[in-house]
Amino acid sequence: MKTDELIAALAADNASVSPPISRTLLLALAVGALLAAAHFFSLLPVRSDFAHAITHDPRFMFKFVFTLAIAIPALLLVMQLARPDGADLRSVWLLGVPLVLLALAVGYEMLTVPADHWQVHAVGSMSMACMTYIPILAAAPFVALLYALRNGAPANPAAAGAAAGLVSGAIAASFYAARCIDDSPMFLAIWYVIGIGLVTALGAVIGSRLLRW
Amino acid sequence: MNRKARDQEWSDLMRAAIGGDEGAYKRLLTDLSRALRATVRRGFAGVSARPNEVEDVVQEVMLAIHLKRHTWDQSKPIGPWIMAIARNKMIDDLRRKGRRTEVSIDGMLETLESGGHEDAIHAYDAGRVLSGLNGRNREIVQAITIDGHSASDVATKLGMTEVAVRVALHRSLKALAETYQETKT
Repeated sequence: MKTDELIAALAADNASVSPPISRTLLLALAVGALLAAAHFFSLLPVRSDFAHAITHDPRFMFKFVFTLAIAIPALLLVMQLARPDGADLRSVWLLGVPLVLLALAVGYEMLTVPADHWQVHAVGSMSMACMTYIPILAAAPFVALLYALRNGAPANPAAAGAAAGLVSGAIAASFYAARCIDDSPMFLAIWYVIGIGLVTALGAVIGSRLLRW
Repeated sequence: MNRKARDQEWSDLMRAAIGGDEGAYKRLLTDLSRALRATVRRGFAGVSARPNEVEDVVQEVMLAIHLKRHTWDQSKPIGPWIMAIARNKMIDDLRRKGRRTEVSIDGMLETLESGGHEDAIHAYDAGRVLSGLNGRNREIVQAITIDGHSASDVATKLGMTEVAVRVALHRSLKALAETYQETKT
């Protein structure tokens, strides 16, 4: 086929243009978050003192600050990485924000809690559940974002998949935090980070296979 | 025309195309095909590619531009976006053929080359893929590409609705792009 012939075909197909990729990704995020919510409420109860804790317990509130501080910059990254020219990661430094917040919270906990209690706080009471439920609840948003990313053209498929995993893990952790009775920043720094990290790593592996174009 | 003015013109044409202007799209694609041919040729200078191999890559890049044009951020210049796609497809092509990819694509392709008009060159891959389409789809693509009919003409000729013709055309183009993808290792 000659290139001029291909051009005729492409021009005749002009009307087929998809909606902008950013809009598709946001739609996928909304659908994924709704599905994660439904998934959460079908599997787990919100903890019984939720209403009191969310208004009175700063350590409980901080869990949501932490997960949202991951989800928002990770979403910006996904929107960038979905494009062929998206390898330039100017906003990646925003991911340092949740890390700094977490380090400050852990530092404060260490100052206010006697050292012989640290281990109890760090190990918590439901670490296995945390590491299990975060990946499980991340499944729906991850699949939705992956589906949307396949409509994109990521310059770096593994990085795009990892960022989608990070968003999904953070959304899942936001829901799980409403159930979880371990509120210590030390617990967050270990088990939440492992749970979200697992989803991110899995995202990189799956992305590198499914997001080539 | 300097690079910035050209980029501006291409951005305007693509915006018009996305807004539904088929004529603007055709002008853009014709312009791009020349620039891409010169760019690919220069990028492949070290690997002694034959003219039809260059043309295969040009066509693969154009298909990707077409199928992924919704990933261009309209608030940014279009040149770097086109270049990113061209670079990606050139590296893929070299890998596919088992050539060493350290050909200095990076240094050469900072910007798209501007290219002049040349006689049409046949590309092998696309032709091979098209011959693999099922009868009706092949008929539609050939009527549009070789005979130069419009989608509505083809619809009348084949007794189909115009929408069905457009859907078949779009599917065929996607199949074409996927075939390149499948031959990757």
